[in-house]
Amino acid sequence: MGDSGDLAVLAIYVSIFFVLLFCGIVIGGLRERSHMKSLDTRENELADITVCNLKTILSPDSASNAQMVMGQVVIATDYFKSLATALRSLVGGEMRAANSLMLRARREALIRMQEHAKRRGCNEVYNVRFGASAISQMSGKKGAMQVEVLAWGTAVKRGA
Amino acid sequence: MLVVNTETIPGHEVTRVLGLVQGNTIRAKHVGRDIAAGLKNLVGGELTGYTELLTEARRQAVERMMAQAEQLGADAIVNVRFTTSAVAAGAAELYAYGTAVTITPTGA
Repeated sequence: MGDSGDLAVLAIYVSIFFVLLFCGIVIGGLRERSHMKSLDTRENELADITVCNLKTILSPDSASNAQMVMGQVVIATDYFKSLATALRSLVGGEMRAANSLMLRARREALIRMQEHAKRRGCNEVYNVRFGASAISQMSGKKGAMQVEVLAWGTAVKRGA
Repeated sequence: MLVVNTETIPGHEVTRVLGLVQGNTIRAKHVGRDIAAGLKNLVGGELTGYTELLTEARRQAVERMMAQAEQLGADAIVNVRFTTSAVAAGAAELYAYGTAVTITPTGA
């Protein structure tokens, strides 16, 4: 009787694992693709807001309305990619799954910063910096990758 | 392609700012290296495996940044910065970013 009970518990654990994995691959993949698409369109919409990390403002006479703008995002990866990353750290090499997470986070933070600049009536952002912190360690669970990215810079208004 | 971490390039003038370019990579060493590094923590000393890892990763991040600048038609990248972050255990993220610009040499 004990044997069949253990087997049933094992079967439940294994099936939960596969359900999570399936959710990760299908839903996570779909969500990532739609996020990438929205990043592309919003980047195109904000193409008129120039971004650079130069400290000195070029021809400062025609610039006005200087102020700090920022954009922030906390983003997590899906179950499947967390697992892929954990496996990758066994064999070494580049972690593509984590890479795409960081890229998405940075692009999103940059776009939010540009949107902030636009709301304030600015069209150029200088001295842009990025800060990132991994908050997965805080939750105490290994494998769940979550990152926080902050982008900030000085926005100015060029022209009239 | 000139890559510098100053804002200006001596002997050149920045003619146009093309925007921010970036490159990143997240790399891990295999578990054997992690164990070796763990042992090294007992006696101290350089963790050669991890030095290698970061050097490789840094080069790759810069290469990706340069590829992006090339696509924009830039001659140089100025004000390059590096940041690292620990995204997953035993892995390092290297991130390089700078401003892609076009330059012209200032007359002799």
